[in-house]
Amino acid sequence: MTHRRDRTLFTSGLARVEGEGAMYVRVDGSTVEEVRLDIYEPPRFFEAFLRGRSYTEPPDITARVCGICPVAYQTSACLAIEDACGARVDGAIADLRRLLYCGEWIGSHALHIYMLHAPDFLGFPGVVEMAAEHREIVERGLALRGAGNAIMELLGGRSIHPVNVRVGGFYRAPSPAELAPLAQQLRSALPLAVDTVRWVAGFDFPDFTCPHELLALADPGRYPIERGTLATSGGLAFTAAEFEQHITEEQVPHSTALHARLAGNGRGSDGRYLTGPLARYTLNAGSLPPLATQAAAEAGLGPDCRNPFRSIIVRAVEIVCAIEEALRLIDGYHPPAKPAVAVTARAATGYGVSEAPRGVLYHRYEIDADGIIRSARIVPPTSQNQRAIEDDLLRFVQDRLDLDDSQLTSVCEQAIRNYDPCISCATHFLDLRVDRR
Amino acid sequence: MTAAEAEGRAVVIGVGNEFRRDDGAGLAVVARLRGHLPDDVCLLVSDGEPTRLIEAWAGAPVAVIVDAVRAEPAVPGRLHRLVLHRAGAAVAPPASSHGLGLDCAIGLAQALDRMPGRLILHAVEVADVGQGTGLTPAVAATIDTLAAAVLVDLDSPRRHPA
Repeated sequence: MTHRRDRTLFTSGLARVEGEGAMYVRVDGSTVEEVRLDIYEPPRFFEAFLRGRSYTEPPDITARVCGICPVAYQTSACLAIEDACGARVDGAIADLRRLLYCGEWIGSHALHIYMLHAPDFLGFPGVVEMAAEHREIVERGLALRGAGNAIMELLGGRSIHPVNVRVGGFYRAPSPAELAPLAQQLRSALPLAVDTVRWVAGFDFPDFTCPHELLALADPGRYPIERGTLATSGGLAFTAAEFEQHITEEQVPHSTALHARLAGNGRGSDGRYLTGPLARYTLNAGSLPPLATQAAAEAGLGPDCRNPFRSIIVRAVEIVCAIEEALRLIDGYHPPAKPAVAVTARAATGYGVSEAPRGVLYHRYEIDADGIIRSARIVPPTSQNQRAIEDDLLRFVQDRLDLDDSQLTSVCEQAIRNYDPCISCATHFLDLRVDRR
Repeated sequence: MTAAEAEGRAVVIGVGNEFRRDDGAGLAVVARLRGHLPDDVCLLVSDGEPTRLIEAWAGAPVAVIVDAVRAEPAVPGRLHRLVLHRAGAAVAPPASSHGLGLDCAIGLAQALDRMPGRLILHAVEVADVGQGTGLTPAVAATIDTLAAAVLVDLDSPRRHPA
């Protein structure tokens, strides 16, 4: 236990790039005065990069924003461009879009649950140490990740930065015969997903509640994934075109990332809100497919979930949901006459939202009559969550001031992992330390 | 079973992101090698995510990774070649699943018996990983050398079978 009056914790190792993801906690006596989370945001560069490019390019360019959720960027981009051009994508093409997105959810959630989050609850430093003692469990995670990648590879052409997505649909639609082995792989993965829910439901969770407004998509009759309108736990409902009327962004001195606020928030929490698995589940639990509903009930999830540590259960339930949905879509699949609808450029502004694994992802494009992009705006889920994460961390630290600095830093990092923030996902290089003796 | 395992093929994996300047060095080497490799060599690009790396190299007799590295002190363009047998010293887990990387991949592959026969890393020290495309001159000047070094590593088992 420390008896120092003033304490400052600083963690810079949140990202591969030093200084691009950092956490700062300032404590005065027995009061936490400030928590800052500095997260570097790749989308801001892409907004500028897109200006002057053709309206057909955003799906390929914005896929490069994130190696883990490229389909989210591609889908929100397609929706926004199609909205601007007055094109409507439905039927089998829309089903393929949802199927591809299911692959991303399965892969992203399996990666987070098994490779990052579960070791925290089981007391392992990381997945490597967990694999040494629980090889069969980690193999299960890799099998689920593989099932998600298989969808991405078949529909997207490859699992990273898919190349088969275009404005209006796809370059090529698969045949039912090509989908048959994928369905077999998904049927094998479904019990693994249910086992995952049971496994994570048995973890010990700190008693913690996030009080923030929740924001998620709503898609009548089904769990929101690749399309929808917006809804909040406070009762607001609006369309993608109205997003910027309700969500404002502002610069803050300590971060390169813009902070988002929900205007007219009735909870008196200064516009803080949370998007992502907790919001999706709490606002849409009644729309889960049957097996996911049953798994959630067995796991003890009630009608809502506001404990960020239990987000690991929600992610596991969403894997079940995504596999159920993928199988339903494959079973009912009839190839479209053409893999894409024609999308003709016109001078207009379009808006698109979808549910990335980490939450609502908003795109807006202004294009001219020649199809040239005049402006672009991308609001990723992590920047929307940043203020809520900081507020959660402040209250979390306040209740744990008896820990020494090292322990406190460690539990703060675990708490951040609840949200799986998209930190510096546009950069991937190694750190090399030269130790000369 | 991966493609490499099914066919017993060697694999070359360029790791990086072309939108972060010198971080695209591994991808530039892959582009340089395209069309110059025997049919039995898989040529891939990766963002470094561990499960995809393991899937790419599992069962391969040899896997060659080409990546950019930061170093202190840095000499942009300086090359490193490492034969990797095991993961480095344990490091704290990242705060995000976006932070998992090559070291995690090697440790996990060892634990799950999914290492390739030989794993070789070619790395180039970077000058600039800011936003934008294009390599800095110091790193761009190494691409041909790196590509040639990869070819030597792929060829050496044929000349000197174990």
